[in-house]
Amino acid sequence: MLKTIQKKIAAGVPLDRQEALWLLADADLLEIGKLADGIRKKKHPEGRVTFVVDRNVNYTNVCTSQCRFCAFYRQAEATDAYLLDYETIHGKIAELVAFGGTQLLMQGGLHPELKIEWFEELFTQIRQRFPQVQIHSLSPAEVIHIARLSEISMAECLRRLQKAGLASVPGGGAEVLVDAVRKEISPNKIGWRDWAAVMEEAHALGMRTTATMMFGSRERPEDIVEHLFRVRGIQERSGGFTAFIPWTFQPTNTELGGETASGVEYLKVLALSRIVLDNVDNVQASWVTQGARMAQVALFFGANDLGGTMLEENVVAAAGCAFSLSQEEVVEIARGAGFIPAKRNTLYEILEEY
Amino acid sequence: MIRFFENIRAKIVNGARISDSEALALFASNDLLAIGELAALANRRKNDDRVYFNVNRHINYTNLCVNRCTFCAFSKGVEDEGCYTLALNDILEKAAEASAAGATEIHMVGGLHPELPFDFYLEMLAAIRADNPALHIKAFTAVEIDYFASLTGQSIEQVIHELREAGLGSMPGGGAEIFASGVRQKICPEKISGERWLEVTEIVHRSGLKTNATMLFGHLEEHADRVDHLARLRHLQDATGGFQAFIPLAFQPDNTRVPGARGVGGVDALKTLAISRIYLDNFEHIKAYWVMLGLKIAQVALAFGVNDLDGTVIEEKIGHDAGADSPQALGQKEIIALIRKAGRVPVERDTLYNELRAY
Repeated sequence: MLKTIQKKIAAGVPLDRQEALWLLADADLLEIGKLADGIRKKKHPEGRVTFVVDRNVNYTNVCTSQCRFCAFYRQAEATDAYLLDYETIHGKIAELVAFGGTQLLMQGGLHPELKIEWFEELFTQIRQRFPQVQIHSLSPAEVIHIARLSEISMAECLRRLQKAGLASVPGGGAEVLVDAVRKEISPNKIGWRDWAAVMEEAHALGMRTTATMMFGSRERPEDIVEHLFRVRGIQERSGGFTAFIPWTFQPTNTELGGETASGVEYLKVLALSRIVLDNVDNVQASWVTQGARMAQVALFFGANDLGGTMLEENVVAAAGCAFSLSQEEVVEIARGAGFIPAKRNTLYEILEEY
Repeated sequence: MIRFFENIRAKIVNGARISDSEALALFASNDLLAIGELAALANRRKNDDRVYFNVNRHINYTNLCVNRCTFCAFSKGVEDEGCYTLALNDILEKAAEASAAGATEIHMVGGLHPELPFDFYLEMLAAIRADNPALHIKAFTAVEIDYFASLTGQSIEQVIHELREAGLGSMPGGGAEIFASGVRQKICPEKISGERWLEVTEIVHRSGLKTNATMLFGHLEEHADRVDHLARLRHLQDATGGFQAFIPLAFQPDNTRVPGARGVGGVDALKTLAISRIYLDNFEHIKAYWVMLGLKIAQVALAFGVNDLDGTVIEEKIGHDAGADSPQALGQKEIIALIRKAGRVPVERDTLYNELRAY
């Protein structure tokens, strides 16, 4: 099997599901790593490892979805439920700008009352006050929620948000793009087809997006493979994904509980992502869930990007995982592994090498 | 470079040794996966799919220490807040807990206490052994042995003889740090020299006790210092055969006082483990000490030449005082699952690497 796979990869022929599954379940860690590393080198021969200076702003933790893997959400009446006002959000963005940041990753719960006008006004204000910041915000589940609440179509919702200033959409909420798994871990969240529909619509409107995968909860290896093939399928049709970001379920404080994926499992899934998603340019290492040491090792298992420096991160921290890194530390991860660290913007254009 | 890796592969397959300059070239290389493959090959030839762990407990009987090594966040002076010395009863209680929990080993090291007499240590060993005859007591570093000798005016041989009589079963290999004197002067100026560490260890081996060997890396040392360290260990092992495992320890910079120290990245940690496996052809075991590496890197290290994940380590203090964010203990089930998920066979061992149970 390995020989066949090696030949296919060398010839640029996409793998089939069975071959991908074999890599995940049966291949040796270093074997799968070498295949992924070879593809990474071909796609990024300049030896750069990129990162973006960004900030997460979680505008609300009130969420009607209440996924079982999530430690962040609150019911509207909870004592620690919150909704940030515009001024507070502006203040956070001002800090980001002072820090040299270029990307605003605003995500929240599915708030039962926030209609599209709230977001339109917010994005318009942000764009006026902070034109240098790219609004890379919301997620497919939020887009559909806002559309329903506002009684407009998803496409209309995206168009209006884009007009107000939304420039690109992060690929969160993908979890595992298999409905049987979603039913178990996030029964109230949109199904995989809705997720895909929002992404394809965003791409059709000219917005780039990322795609994520949260694994290590209840999915089977087959589901991970299916997820990757579905992302590859969307990318074939629209070409709008800039990057793929696999990260691991963090069990602390969640209803689902249990354990997280081990280091070996993370690297195998990361490497498989690089191998299967031959039509996606960038693969991110997740230092937020893996820590700095593993993120550095991940650069040899297919990853070419370290994601954001994240001035603020609340969602994963709520699940008991609180790694934090300065820009200097992110640069050192890349350099210490023999790569050229480079700051990029949301669209992966290089801003500065270090 | 391909040729270079091929040459090393051939040496491993033929049971030949790599040279110091080859080890240096490996450290200089960023080809992490190629280095890992060589180390995995070297390990497979010795240990096949087996990965060892043991069920043990650490007891750090005192943090009072007359040495003030700058890399250490554990040691305290008599005047310092938080200094402690465990009473014999407390030590016995911890040992009894360990026995009850199925431990086969007690791992005991401590500071160089300014006042405790040598008899305290002998009594401690004897009392633990009397209460727990099945527990293996792995204790003291060569630094402590040298200290006991100077405390009592006895020879190293005599000190070892008395400790063995009292119940000492083997030694863990700490205090090696980095042998090279330039760096050693900076990180532990009062500690015995590298030469003395090797000399004491040689006597310990000749008296029939097994030890491990460690190397503290990621502070101020150069790659050449690491290779020098490995070379001296390989040389001593040729002479005595008394080392069981080599354990590279990743320096934890928090709460320590080494100006300019950088800590250890994931790639450096894996490379150092892998190159140790390739270079130390006369060591049977390379151990990833998860307390300092973290569980994820320790597990990944199994693909980089490592065949031992240390123990369940109840109540580790030294690495944690320096900011290690790993758990303080690991269940046997968890360690077995980590090894299995890495595609290997978990084997519980005793301190002397007798296989107790394969899972």
